[in-house]
Amino acid sequence: MTLPKVLRGRAWKFGNNIDTDQIIPAKYAIYSLDEKELGKHAMEGVPGRETWASQVGQGDIMVGGSNFGCGSSREIAPVAIRGAGVSLVVADSFARIFFRNAINMGYPILQSPQASEAIEDGDELEVDLEQGIIRNFTKGDEYRSDSFPPFMNELLRMGGLVPWVRKQLEERRRTAGVRG
Amino acid sequence: MTMTEKILARGAGRDSVRPGDLVLAKVDFAMGHDLTIPPAGKIMREQMGAERIWDPERVAVTQDHFQPAKDAASATLGRLTREFSHQMGIKWYFEVGQGGICHTVLPENGLVLPGELVVGADSHSCTYGALNNFATGIGSTDLACVLALGELWFRVPETLKFVYHNRLKEWVEAKDLILYVIGQIGVDGARSKAMEHTGEALRHIDMEARLTMTNMAIEAGAKNGIMEFDDVTKEYLDGRAKRPYQPVTSDPDAEYEKVFEFDVAKVELGVARPMSPDNYAPLSEVAGTRLDQVFIGSCTNSRITDLRRAAAVLEGHKVAPGTRLIITPSSHQVAIQAEREGLIRTFLAAGAAWTTATCGACLGGHMGVLGEGEVCLSTTNRNFPGRMGHPKAMVYLSNPAVAAASAVTGVISHPSEVLKHMPAEIR
Repeated sequence: MTLPKVLRGRAWKFGNNIDTDQIIPAKYAIYSLDEKELGKHAMEGVPGRETWASQVGQGDIMVGGSNFGCGSSREIAPVAIRGAGVSLVVADSFARIFFRNAINMGYPILQSPQASEAIEDGDELEVDLEQGIIRNFTKGDEYRSDSFPPFMNELLRMGGLVPWVRKQLEERRRTAGVRG
Repeated sequence: MTMTEKILARGAGRDSVRPGDLVLAKVDFAMGHDLTIPPAGKIMREQMGAERIWDPERVAVTQDHFQPAKDAASATLGRLTREFSHQMGIKWYFEVGQGGICHTVLPENGLVLPGELVVGADSHSCTYGALNNFATGIGSTDLACVLALGELWFRVPETLKFVYHNRLKEWVEAKDLILYVIGQIGVDGARSKAMEHTGEALRHIDMEARLTMTNMAIEAGAKNGIMEFDDVTKEYLDGRAKRPYQPVTSDPDAEYEKVFEFDVAKVELGVARPMSPDNYAPLSEVAGTRLDQVFIGSCTNSRITDLRRAAAVLEGHKVAPGTRLIITPSSHQVAIQAEREGLIRTFLAAGAAWTTATCGACLGGHMGVLGEGEVCLSTTNRNFPGRMGHPKAMVYLSNPAVAAASAVTGVISHPSEVLKHMPAEIR
């Protein structure tokens, strides 16, 4: 699974400290193994956005404020957002477990205080993942995102932690085989 | 180096690390539960291709979030959790009725120890840090990686140091202190950082109350909360620790991003108002708020010392008409002890609902979910919109004595309105 280099979509703007129980209320944790079902309820806990999941289009882009995804460690938060069809989340900053979970899933996220501040709901965006550049066609603006450490970029390029672990396991088996 | 840096350096097999370093570190103990084991097990076996886990003696699994099963779908999650644990030979599997909430069960069974690197697929895994270890919450893919390899990637966090002077006043508990601190720094005030708690005030704070403080590190966005090893730690672990352990201390020249100093004698009894844990207010500002429900439970405040204080307040009183009180012990051992001490009789006589040990109402799971517009005072850890049920329910967070007193009056109340003085031996 490799990521496309350029993503285009409509921006959906959310505020600061959007927590995991707002992203996907805990009652839907019973669908932990069903991404599409989780997607149908994404952001349902955000006041005023109860029906958001039925409006969002495939490939749209979510833009959050600071500390996006705080609260629970449940990986169903980024899974639900992906399940709803969102191609990428841009935020001023991410809460650490949400951040880890997204990287581990190989799901693209970008940290850009500038973009988070300037982008408005409904803006048409284009994101160059390689360059970390966000273009706003509606406003004619361009924003830069913070760069990640090389290991995180490697994980994202590989498609997340799963292929990385597979590789580690193969190496361990090979070493054990040589020793044996 | 700080304690946090030393533990991560040892795990990574390095002499030293610095904040910002990305390391691959060996994990000493890992935890998952009925919401996180099913996805982690699936990812580990079906996607990563691992057949066994790295060390069945260093993993604990609890059936706590939606168990005893609240519906057929959660029964499936319970079954997948049970089957995975048995197939992998996990030594520390806690069945319904024999364990309880992970963050009470692991410390009380001596499974998370000083100097160790602990991860749990639950955000409140930071709780264990009161026992002088590095403990942090991780996701399900993370847990799958740990189960397969016994290792995980970490970014070494900057450390914020919190120095507590003096002693807490009567009625004011560790819960009030940590709510006050989070109120000062905000829900992202320690985002991705370590919170190191120190100072002479902690010497007078027992282990269960210390666990309440580190439990809420995540509510300030922290990666972990950590405390020094002292006589209180040693006494708690004697006869309990399942492995030998090596405490860690921060070096005198350890570097801190920031140092906060608090005179804890100035901290008032307080609450977090809806709808965020950093919405601190002194109790006096919210006293009189009418309550539909009072909940005493969760990994934050439902250990035996919490229940003793709640029982002392409730003794001889009745829950106010129009208000309901739900008490959920945080573990089966806590329930057994509460039974021995006669606390359950006090709760039942007061008209409280006493439940089995489960996360239950705290995460809006079951046994106390709130409806639209309802107001609840809860001893839990977070009150973001919808956390305990309907997004328009209003949740206040408090310590257990305040919760018990407020159940008796039906409105948010100072415990001294119901009980003149908290007996010194359970304070």
